[in-house]
Amino acid sequence: MKLKKSKKIKKRPGINDETSAVSDEMQEEDSEDIAAVPDAIRYDEDEGEEDLNPELKEQVGPGHRLLGRGHRSTRLEERSEAALLVSEFGANAEGDGAKIELSDLLPTASKKAQKQIETLKKSNRTLDTPLSRQETERIHRDVAFQKVATEVSQWKSVIQQNQQAEQLVFPLNQEPSGPKPIEHVVAGWKAQTPLEQEIFAVLNANKQPINNPILTPAEEESIKAMSLEEAKIRRAELQKARALQSYYEAKARRDRKIKSKKYRKVHNKAKRKEMLKQFDEMVKTNPEGALEELKKLEMGRMQERMSLKHQNSGKWAKSKAIMAKYDEDARKAMQQQLEINKELTQKVATALNNDEEDEDDEEEADTEEVLPDFVNDVEKAGDASNPWMRGKLTEEEQEKEQESKMAEEVILLEDEEEMEEEVNEEEKLLREFENRRKQQEEDIVDETALSEFTSIIRGLTQKPEVETIVDNSTPLEEGLTRIQTLEDTEKLQETDISETAEPEVVEIVQADETAKETSTKKAKKRKRNIELKEVITKESRVVTVPLKVTTEEVGEEDMEDEMDQRGLIKEAFAGDDVISDFLKEKRKKEDAGKPKAIDLTLPGWGEWGGKGLKPSRKKRQRFRTKPAQAVVRKDAKLPEVIMSEQRDKSITLHQVSSLPFPFENYAQFESTIRCPLGRTWNSEKTVKKVTLPRVVTQLGAIIEPMGREELKKSQQQKAEPHTWKKWMENNIGDII
Amino acid sequence: FSKMKVKVLSRNPDDYVRETKYDIQRVPRNYDPSLHPFEVNREYARALNATKLERVFAKPFLASLDGHRDGVNCMAKHSTNLSSLLSGSCDGELKIWNLTKRECVRTLQAHEGFVRGIVVRFCGTSFFTVGDDKTIKQWKMQSPGYGEEEEPLNTILGKTVFTGLDHHRREGVFATCGQQVDIWDEQRSSPVRSFTWGVDSFSSVRFNPVETELLASCASDRSIVLYDMREATPLKKVVMTMRSNTLCWNPMEAYYFTCANEDYSLYTYDMRNLEQPVVVHMDHVSAVLDVDFSPTGKEFVSASFDKTIRIFPKDGGHSREVYHTKRMQHVICIKWSADNKYILSGSDEMNIRLWKANASEKLGVVSYCAEKAANYNQKLKEKYQHHPQVKRIARHRHLPKNIYHQAKELRVMREARRRKEKNVRKHSKPGSVPVVTEREKHVVTVVK
Repeated sequence: MKLKKSKKIKKRPGINDETSAVSDEMQEEDSEDIAAVPDAIRYDEDEGEEDLNPELKEQVGPGHRLLGRGHRSTRLEERSEAALLVSEFGANAEGDGAKIELSDLLPTASKKAQKQIETLKKSNRTLDTPLSRQETERIHRDVAFQKVATEVSQWKSVIQQNQQAEQLVFPLNQEPSGPKPIEHVVAGWKAQTPLEQEIFAVLNANKQPINNPILTPAEEESIKAMSLEEAKIRRAELQKARALQSYYEAKARRDRKIKSKKYRKVHNKAKRKEMLKQFDEMVKTNPEGALEELKKLEMGRMQERMSLKHQNSGKWAKSKAIMAKYDEDARKAMQQQLEINKELTQKVATALNNDEEDEDDEEEADTEEVLPDFVNDVEKAGDASNPWMRGKLTEEEQEKEQESKMAEEVILLEDEEEMEEEVNEEEKLLREFENRRKQQEEDIVDETALSEFTSIIRGLTQKPEVETIVDNSTPLEEGLTRIQTLEDTEKLQETDISETAEPEVVEIVQADETAKETSTKKAKKRKRNIELKEVITKESRVVTVPLKVTTEEVGEEDMEDEMDQRGLIKEAFAGDDVISDFLKEKRKKEDAGKPKAIDLTLPGWGEWGGKGLKPSRKKRQRFRTKPAQAVVRKDAKLPEVIMSEQRDKSITLHQVSSLPFPFENYAQFESTIRCPLGRTWNSEKTVKKVTLPRVVTQLGAIIEPMGREELKKSQQQKAEPHTWKKWMENNIGDII
Repeated sequence: FSKMKVKVLSRNPDDYVRETKYDIQRVPRNYDPSLHPFEVNREYARALNATKLERVFAKPFLASLDGHRDGVNCMAKHSTNLSSLLSGSCDGELKIWNLTKRECVRTLQAHEGFVRGIVVRFCGTSFFTVGDDKTIKQWKMQSPGYGEEEEPLNTILGKTVFTGLDHHRREGVFATCGQQVDIWDEQRSSPVRSFTWGVDSFSSVRFNPVETELLASCASDRSIVLYDMREATPLKKVVMTMRSNTLCWNPMEAYYFTCANEDYSLYTYDMRNLEQPVVVHMDHVSAVLDVDFSPTGKEFVSASFDKTIRIFPKDGGHSREVYHTKRMQHVICIKWSADNKYILSGSDEMNIRLWKANASEKLGVVSYCAEKAANYNQKLKEKYQHHPQVKRIARHRHLPKNIYHQAKELRVMREARRRKEKNVRKHSKPGSVPVVTEREKHVVTVVK
């Protein structure tokens, strides 16, 4: 019970730490003790929990420091109640005036606790006086502030994320646009009609999705289970399937284009054989259908017999007939026509008229061998110089013929490769250009440079650890002129030009810097200064525009033509010696640039002067200052070039004179300037990416302040940064 | 027998024939850099033109709403409706405006004397006003029907004058300030909580829109005090060299707020560290009277006694824009519309003015191409912003003569002070005259 009291003491403000620590330990002891005491006793205890046993108190004595704040002088009357079990707290000290020791009251207490009590007894410190109201309030305020500060600091990650974000879209939590299912719109919608109820019962029973676009639980699970690798595999499969499909399409297209008669013949024959096979089967399975087919075939044969096609009676055939005497090819062509006729007019050999089949087969085999490969020959013999005829088409045909003989699988493989090549061609081309640009301007940094730039800025602005935001805003140029038209801006420029002629140097002294630091920084600044020429205008380079050769020039005539032209030009500019003129000009420039000797001799000074009298040689030598050595010109070793080393004032006005704020060196700055953003130089996709606006707002939408959801969202993102769904969203463009 | 030379252009139809007529026309494009030379120079020219055009098209002033018979003292945005605006004037009149029609929808005599504060309840069905007649009144947003009298829903008579008012973002709780800061439950006629900290009067109180239980107020003893609605005591206060008139919390960044100070500047503080402001925003040439954040939290707008409105980036020390008109007098209150597109200013000469937040922006529905072009131009301007000509044109603003000269004067004074300080430092024992940054200068103490 005394221990309970000690608990009370602890609650009071301002008690020193030592005692509170001790009392903490004692509390633990106390709880153990209670467990040891039998139940009935414990019950007693609970009843008079707060008040001490008066008897006990008396015996322990009023002066004991553990026993309460006030030293009550009035003695409380004894009061006892009948009880079955005698409490251990009813213990009396033996003899008059004897007092109970604390340790007597804790028979079950450990030695450790007893020791602690001893030490407590020895220490004679009194309690501190309570703090003044102002001070307690101050402590309260401080504690409350700390609490709020930690609470508010939760937002740090969200704020940083938003500062670094490439793009922010407001309002923050937009609902997806588009039609919503009726259940979402109409609140509290329930299936009412019996039909609806039935449907929903069935859906529920089969674990089917009730709302329209939502997936079944099984599907959801499968989506969740689908890992990145699986998705990749799936994607690869899809790609392959698409590639195969387009390959087959391409093959069919190519097949259709083939003009080779021989190929067609073989092709047709194969087809017919196939058809016959089918027809035979049909006879067995579906005789009626077979009959109809037969009729069709018969019809075709009749038509062939009726028409004059392939009968060598046409205009072409007649002309060929004339030639046939002398030309073997013509004879063959005619023969060919007849063959075709024969073929087409033959009766179809089927199970219905089986007897003729064998013979036909033999004949066909013969004709196949006999058939000469004449078509291409004839055409090749036509005009060798005709580019139409020498084009790829014929070659392709030949290839096709060869291919048709090859195994199908082989073709398949080959064509797949082809397809891939086609797909990659565009990318390759772009990549090539990219490389070329890289070669031209050594370290071109495309978007990366920009992103680097932004990251630099963000990195700088992002340091709210020290809670100082770097201010990169410059003051407005406020003036008394108003810009209303484009001409005004021009005028403004002009006035500005005159202003810039005498630039006001405003020293911005960083307040934190000491004098030493400033001196070192100045040195650095001087280093940093950009070479003006390097900012915008780089050394001009000759642009060679490649002209595609559109004609295929053959023969010596062209060479002659060229020679003629050169000759002509030579003739026309016979008098002009351009090269020597150029050299002369260059020399002149060089001379003009050279520092000259200055002659300061004054004739007649210290000697006779007048007409015809020259100052003495000695004097001339004395007053003549020697020129400083000329600086080596940049074009000294380039005979065909004149390089002006004078600064161009008109360009200077447009050039950046000092390194702008977030950049650390001028190479960085230059690289951001060098990479173009426009559609002229970049593909549509990159342009879109590069010109993404920082903040997007919706027209007429109220932007609410940030809510608690954002905090949760950011925490979730941290927890699972890579979900399948997100991955799909990002890569859906590549997959499709 | 002569050979004829035939020149043939050979092209693959796949390159220019569409598969269906619904396909987009294929525009062949060769990205070979040698075919598109001078990219930097061309883009520079484009950037220059874009900045010029931006300045030419910068016409921010849209409309002026007149109807008040005294200076406009306070304004409030409608919480759910973009086109409504509430304004209270110095003669106790309150007007509700329709911004799309640019006309007054409803007028009511809310108080005797000034209307000191208006705030719309988060649901948008009612609003509260406080006035110089020591009353808080709650009004219905709907105008009364025919024959009904214009009467407040509730009226609370306070003991002292109320000077400011703000409503909790989600609950039926609002805060007023005057002699002390009071937290009220809408259902009760006495404050739930009142905070005092040895200050005789407050000029404004604002709830934090993100951490909705926090408040901050500006007191007349040059201090800014932070509160937590759940605690019995205030949290902390910072005393500055001059008085702050109003403050505004950043709606997207929980612990930042900006206060408009009498010493011509605005200060952005991190509430966790009040020892010094994060940024000092200076450009005004007279006391700053009001400030409001853009709903995106990227910028804020300030109204000043110098008859101008300025827009500052939240982390920039100087304004990116200054608005003024000949007839606009001291601007007393300012609001940034909830869709981030407009700015509303109420001034001494009884008018409310509607401005574009982005002076040269094309309003209304913008076609896809126009949007793309605007984006591209914006990026170009950003890319070439450091080039002197671009910078000059982009940052040039017209200012009225007196403000221009005042600004110049201030600049000279500041420069002189700086120079003197520098000289003193130069001629005294090293370390004896410490360098005090602009940010440190304006904070006197932080009281826990």
